[in-house]
Amino acid sequence: MTIENTVPDAAGRFGRFGGRFAPEALMAALDQLETEYEKAKQDPQFQAEFQDLLTNYAGRPSLLTEAPRFAEHAGGARILLKREDLNHTGSHKINNVLGQALMTRRMGKTRVIAETGAGQHGVATATAAALLGLECTVYMGEVDTARQALNVARMRMLGATVVPVKNGSRTLKDAVNEAFRDWVATVDDTHYVIGTVMGPHPFPMMVRDFVRVVGVEARAQCLEQLGRLPDAVLACVGGGSNAIGIFHEFIPDEGVRLYGFEAAGEGLETGRHAATMTAGAVGVIHGMRTYVLQDEEGQTIESHSISAGLDYPGVGPEHSWLKDTGRATYDSITDAEAMEAFALLCRTEGIIPAIESSHALAGAVKVGKELGPEATLLVSLSGRGDKDMHTAAAYFGLMPEDGK
Amino acid sequence: MSVATAFEKAKAENRAALVGYLPAGFPSVTGAVEAARAMVDGGCDVIEIGLPYTDPLMDGPTIQDAVHRSLTGGTRLADVFATVEAVAATGAATLVMTYWNPVDRYGVERFARELRDAGGSGLITPDLTPEEGQEWLDVADAYDLDKVFLVALSSTEERIEKIVDVCRGFVYAASLMGVTGARSAIDTGAPGLVARTKAHTSLPVGLGLGVSTGAQAAEVAGFADGVIVGSAFIRRLLDAPTLADGLRDAHALAEELAEGVRARA
Repeated sequence: MTIENTVPDAAGRFGRFGGRFAPEALMAALDQLETEYEKAKQDPQFQAEFQDLLTNYAGRPSLLTEAPRFAEHAGGARILLKREDLNHTGSHKINNVLGQALMTRRMGKTRVIAETGAGQHGVATATAAALLGLECTVYMGEVDTARQALNVARMRMLGATVVPVKNGSRTLKDAVNEAFRDWVATVDDTHYVIGTVMGPHPFPMMVRDFVRVVGVEARAQCLEQLGRLPDAVLACVGGGSNAIGIFHEFIPDEGVRLYGFEAAGEGLETGRHAATMTAGAVGVIHGMRTYVLQDEEGQTIESHSISAGLDYPGVGPEHSWLKDTGRATYDSITDAEAMEAFALLCRTEGIIPAIESSHALAGAVKVGKELGPEATLLVSLSGRGDKDMHTAAAYFGLMPEDGK
Repeated sequence: MSVATAFEKAKAENRAALVGYLPAGFPSVTGAVEAARAMVDGGCDVIEIGLPYTDPLMDGPTIQDAVHRSLTGGTRLADVFATVEAVAATGAATLVMTYWNPVDRYGVERFARELRDAGGSGLITPDLTPEEGQEWLDVADAYDLDKVFLVALSSTEERIEKIVDVCRGFVYAASLMGVTGARSAIDTGAPGLVARTKAHTSLPVGLGLGVSTGAQAAEVAGFADGVIVGSAFIRRLLDAPTLADGLRDAHALAEELAEGVRARA
């Protein structure tokens, strides 16, 4: 089946997903954002400025690197890494925040707020805010400020205020709640830079448009370097922005399989995971209809992942739509599988990946074995793992005081 | 008593209606029922029973705290309906205030049926707008339930018109841009919002967010048909050393506010 890129509709719906489940207080701001974004999309000057920042500030296009020694462990399939880890600030998040920071300025607002899990989106937002002279506040769950302490320091160094969120599960979901609470009170001068393809319309569409450059580049690089399209495109999925970014341009390419990997945490059977599309049910969270980890009475179930960036009980509505249409396949990867792939890429290719991205790498090992040595896999290496050294050192026992 | 009747009665007495909010299961399932009774006894005309939800993104710290305690105490939907039944039995019009997902997940029709059977008057839906609310609008009409949507300071005339058009019972005007919780002053834009809303509807307009004292209630009663108070009641219950003290303080607050809505500034 060929799926055309015709979503979302005017109401922001991807099939039965998406929409705008937002408090009335935010509706005027969402309408303004939608209207201004439609104008910006048609505005050559806006697009030129965005392109210029991507090229001369973020460092695009990012490389496409073949990983032959890693591929030996993945059934001998050919593996190509889309190197979003090499972007300024170290992940694909910079694409989205540069677009939204320009939108903030365009709407005459002077302050941005953001939620962050791993800290990559918070760092990217703090960076874009510094670049464009915007005031910046980042909400981050207290559990995440602890496991990503270095990123907290980076954000503060860049001039942002970092607010540790101490309620609920004290992770990404609660950081989103707190950012919304801030936004309701400050919407006149503040833009909420949502960090992934989630939230009320137009966020899932707008963020996708800002990150789809990843797939646009990768598709052209494949054609140029291989003379053909890959057999499969793989990415990790938390909220889902790096995955939508790399998938989107390939959606109409019927022969290209799309695989998203959610965090299975300690294992689906333990209940301690973040596999929203594998184990969740359709509901409403954070302004959108999508798959949600929830109980039978609609209460959100706390997610778990070793990776702060995937530790989220919802998912962008376009992924739910891609799942339901069958265009993309979603599977899950445990903490242990992700950490194994993390170590494997370090030792075979000399690249330290983010733990988030390591879920896609672990997926590549599985899919490579399934599809065999003739297959070519394009993997989104969405971020670098410097921020994860604390977690990795603890996991692998690498600190000198561990006595190993 | 229906919500419409409660507002009509208040109007006939040349005062504003007093609407009190409390989440089910806080401070306990039976404690919430007792607290709601104390609030009705002290002068609340309408009670909003909050459905405790894990992600209350429109609520400030006080309600978050209460809701958290309720959920960790094990409150389930059955408790919410039981609470509604007990509170409605006092004769006060009883609405449920809920984020949308619990209703969506339970099944809108099933939820409406059980709410009606418990004697509930309808729903207040802070994160649902008419655009996403068609299923609820149809079901509410079929089950003869009130539909209370919110208008905000930032709402355009066009949106206010669209919202009041689908409301039944009353229209909830959010008095400030922000989350729930006590404030030292009522936002200066509040009278304007109520006036803008009343220009589009003959329904009563209740004003909520930030009201915590009798004096503020009197001020709001000067321009709105209803005064909605939530966090201040919860604060009394949170701060009291025992439930009995909390009930006494919540009762006293209801009396103070009831006096306020009768002393229209």
